[in-house]
Amino acid sequence: MKQIWDFHGGIHPKENKEQSNQDGISDAGIPPRLILPLQQHIGHRAEPVVSVGDKVLKGQLIAKAVGAISVAVHAPTSGSVTAIEDHPVPHASGMTDLCVLIETDGKDSWCERTPCEDYSTLSKDELLSRIRNAGIAGMGGAGFPTAIKLHPPRQDKVNTLILNGAECEPYITSDDRLMRERASEVILGLEIMAYILQPGECLIGVEDNKPEAIAALREAAKETQVEVVTIPTKYPSGGEKQLIKILTGSEVPHGRIPADIGVMCQNVATAAAVYRAIRFGEPLISRVTTMTGDCIANKGNQNVLIGTPIDWLLEQNGYLNQKGSRLVMGGPMMGFTLHDTKLPVVKTTNCLLAATNKELTPPQPAQACIRCGMCSEVCPAELLPQQLYWFAKGQEFEKAEHHNLFDCIECGACSYVCPSTIPLVQYYRYAKGEIKQIKADQEKSNQARERFEFRQERIEREKAEKEAKRKARAEAAAKAQAAKKEAAAAKGTAASSPTEGSTANDKAAAIQAALQRVEAKKQAQTAPEVTLESLQKKLLSAEDKLSKMENAWKDAVENNPERAEKLATAVESSKTNVAKLNAQISEMNKGTGQAGGSEPQAPVGPSIEELQKNVDKAKSKLQLMLDTLEDAKLNHPDRVEKLERAITKNHTRVSHAETALSEATNAKKTTESTESNG
Amino acid sequence: MGLMTITSPHAHGPRKTANLMRVVVIATLPGLFALTWFFGWGNLINVIWCSTVALLAESAILLIRKRPVSFYLGDYSALVTGVLLGLALPPLAPWWVSVVAVGFAIIVAKHLYGGMGYNPFNPAMVGFALVLISFPVAMTTSWAAPTHLLDNPMSFLDTLSTIFGFSTQSIDAFTMATPLDVYKHEISHSVAEDVVKNPVFGQFIAHGWEWVNIAFLAGGLFLMKKGVFTWHTPISMLFALALMSLIFGWDADQTTPPLLHLFAGATMLGAFFIATDPVTSAVSPQGKLIYGAGIGILTYVIRTYGSYPDAIAFSVLLMNFAAPLIDVYTQPRTYGYAKAKRGTKEAE
Repeated sequence: MKQIWDFHGGIHPKENKEQSNQDGISDAGIPPRLILPLQQHIGHRAEPVVSVGDKVLKGQLIAKAVGAISVAVHAPTSGSVTAIEDHPVPHASGMTDLCVLIETDGKDSWCERTPCEDYSTLSKDELLSRIRNAGIAGMGGAGFPTAIKLHPPRQDKVNTLILNGAECEPYITSDDRLMRERASEVILGLEIMAYILQPGECLIGVEDNKPEAIAALREAAKETQVEVVTIPTKYPSGGEKQLIKILTGSEVPHGRIPADIGVMCQNVATAAAVYRAIRFGEPLISRVTTMTGDCIANKGNQNVLIGTPIDWLLEQNGYLNQKGSRLVMGGPMMGFTLHDTKLPVVKTTNCLLAATNKELTPPQPAQACIRCGMCSEVCPAELLPQQLYWFAKGQEFEKAEHHNLFDCIECGACSYVCPSTIPLVQYYRYAKGEIKQIKADQEKSNQARERFEFRQERIEREKAEKEAKRKARAEAAAKAQAAKKEAAAAKGTAASSPTEGSTANDKAAAIQAALQRVEAKKQAQTAPEVTLESLQKKLLSAEDKLSKMENAWKDAVENNPERAEKLATAVESSKTNVAKLNAQISEMNKGTGQAGGSEPQAPVGPSIEELQKNVDKAKSKLQLMLDTLEDAKLNHPDRVEKLERAITKNHTRVSHAETALSEATNAKKTTESTESNG
Repeated sequence: MGLMTITSPHAHGPRKTANLMRVVVIATLPGLFALTWFFGWGNLINVIWCSTVALLAESAILLIRKRPVSFYLGDYSALVTGVLLGLALPPLAPWWVSVVAVGFAIIVAKHLYGGMGYNPFNPAMVGFALVLISFPVAMTTSWAAPTHLLDNPMSFLDTLSTIFGFSTQSIDAFTMATPLDVYKHEISHSVAEDVVKNPVFGQFIAHGWEWVNIAFLAGGLFLMKKGVFTWHTPISMLFALALMSLIFGWDADQTTPPLLHLFAGATMLGAFFIATDPVTSAVSPQGKLIYGAGIGILTYVIRTYGSYPDAIAFSVLLMNFAAPLIDVYTQPRTYGYAKAKRGTKEAE
């Protein structure tokens, strides 16, 4: 006998399993319509690969897994896709999600499958990919993609592989019947998982209230290394963390996953699904679901196609809706009420509990908490639920977190025993939601503040840089000015004769005057020329547009009368535009003709002074850069290369500016001579 | 279609606060019977009178606070307060002492602090302490003598008229100091052998009181078995009291011996019915151990070195003060943590 451990707390609610575990698993049949939510698992929603009107075969892929954490969805039977649209899905919030709707044809004809006689001929990766493509996600309730779980993120060695057959929730018997009737499938599925993970030991934990299931599993596991462990009936022994504690004695550390301590838990139904997927190539298209509760006449377990509408299923089993009754998906402890019966059965639907208000009494008004401590006695996470309630109610979220609110698994044991009928779990959900919201908001505002501070800093820095540059430029300019003056002074001393000086002055004045004239001419000339050119360009593009539009219009008249009208107006306005431009050009031509006739074409360009300035600027910049380069060579070797490139560029710029200047000076000389001649 | 949509869990256990309170009241019955058997009708009349006053006071304050009266009266908490005071007060305490004690307990100690579940101090003990300090004469001279020691025990009607002040006869003939009181005063100028000759100690430990305490012990064990409270507080309190009296009171010629501490006065009533009040005690098992031990130690200290013969009320109230602090330092270790978080700081 394997040693087992106990976990703290736990409760013994009335089991209510005998109503549904008497008969074998029957087949629910094929409903006329199937609703297949594309997200029945944790992770990314699958992406549809069929379109409306497509014929699909049983087992055919209808939505493929997208991203790392995702699984595929398959057609549970043959038929045709009637819609891909938002439809209410089973969720506590009553939300809608994208679903593929299939009208079944009743033929139930299979698509091609790839069975595999011996899984050991396949590689681990191949097995994992087959499991992923078979759309298998944890069938115990959470729906975490099985292939991902079987491939732990770190290189952790899984020592203990546990199959969870505890089924500790009252009313639910789907795993019980599955273990009794398909024990060999469960064991073979476990062996496939064990082949992938190579664990040291394989355990199946089953509560002692299922002796038939235990016997069947032991029989099936005879020749294997699998050990079936009987555990005491106590809710929530089927909680992953609790089962791990029971079977291994160790606890999953806070904030970690079981693989971190070398343990992995899988549901028994998941194991059976893995077996069918590998052995027969059958994707996960049906599951065993318990139908129970006094609102249902035929209580029991059925093999239900995924996507079967719940209203159809209930009707098949004699559903009597009573006033104040509730329909729970899952068990009475952790299941959620459905708002509507027009929802589909999904991969995680282990139970439909249609309970009368006698079975599940309507919630009583909450009385004051007297801190009796019964909640903390039963808490499997060893929390102080009464304190958490206090903190949640008083919105003291920090204290709630300090009291390990987030280790609450929401099993509901505290609410179950609370003599004051306080809906404790609701308070914890509320507090968790609020804390998450607060954290998200905080994160957001932190980011905003960081962004703002960064921006402020950048602006400051840019300002400082600009200021430094400006100063450097001013200094360089002052230096250049000083050098010029010096040069001028030197010239002045060289030409000592006053007459020569006066002639020099005269000359300078003459040059100035000539330059002014040249500039005036240039202005008179360039202004109309530029306009004319641009106008002509505009005219060309307008004409081009017009012809294109006319073509489009002609095309539209034939094919798209609605657009034609619009285009017609557009063509009209384009025509007017062209006409306007033409008129402007002709007018302009008249003007320029007169102007161009009287004025000779003189060299056009910036004034010499400007050019001189350009040269100075470029030189000072070059100097600055050379200085920086020296500095960079000393301090920032990584910047040197860049700077050198920039300096070569500036060299060219300086030489360009100098050429321009000399050209302009030459032109000036010519003008000068003309002037003096004239 | 009318489907009810609520969040999990959907199932609820059979426990109800009202049932718990009722069970507590029922568990006091053996003690009440023993008190009546040994000390006359006084306590029975007190219990009925205090309960009536408690329910009236509760109704009045609920009306003033605009709360649904029947809903809150239905939790039986006021009844429990009344019953406990009726058991704790001296059997022949005048009616107005009870009214002051119960009224103060319900109105001030309970409702002015927010009502059921919000009171930091045990209401019954607040009421008891108030009258003990305010009316020391009435509170020390109203202890009925064991009926077996009287030639002519008081009839029910006599007791009733005595309590309600219609009787002109002096009650001195029917009262007697309690064993704890007697021992404490006698031992200072005598030896144990002589002291216990006083008929108040009877044949075993303390005439009548040992049976009263055993009856409350039985009731308490019944509640413990029913799961109304855990063993931590009462056992820790009794253990601490016994240990203290063994260490400091081993010499019966010097001070009150251990058995008298455990089986005289309000020890068992305090341990199982007063200290276990969940609202005002520490919450975690470890916290309860500290809380209970504190009450035991303080009870011994006050009984031995203080001027009051009994000390349950003061000890409980003092530990009520300490309970929130104890809670801060006794948070249990949660699943998945190597160590428990202690104090208010993040211990990671």
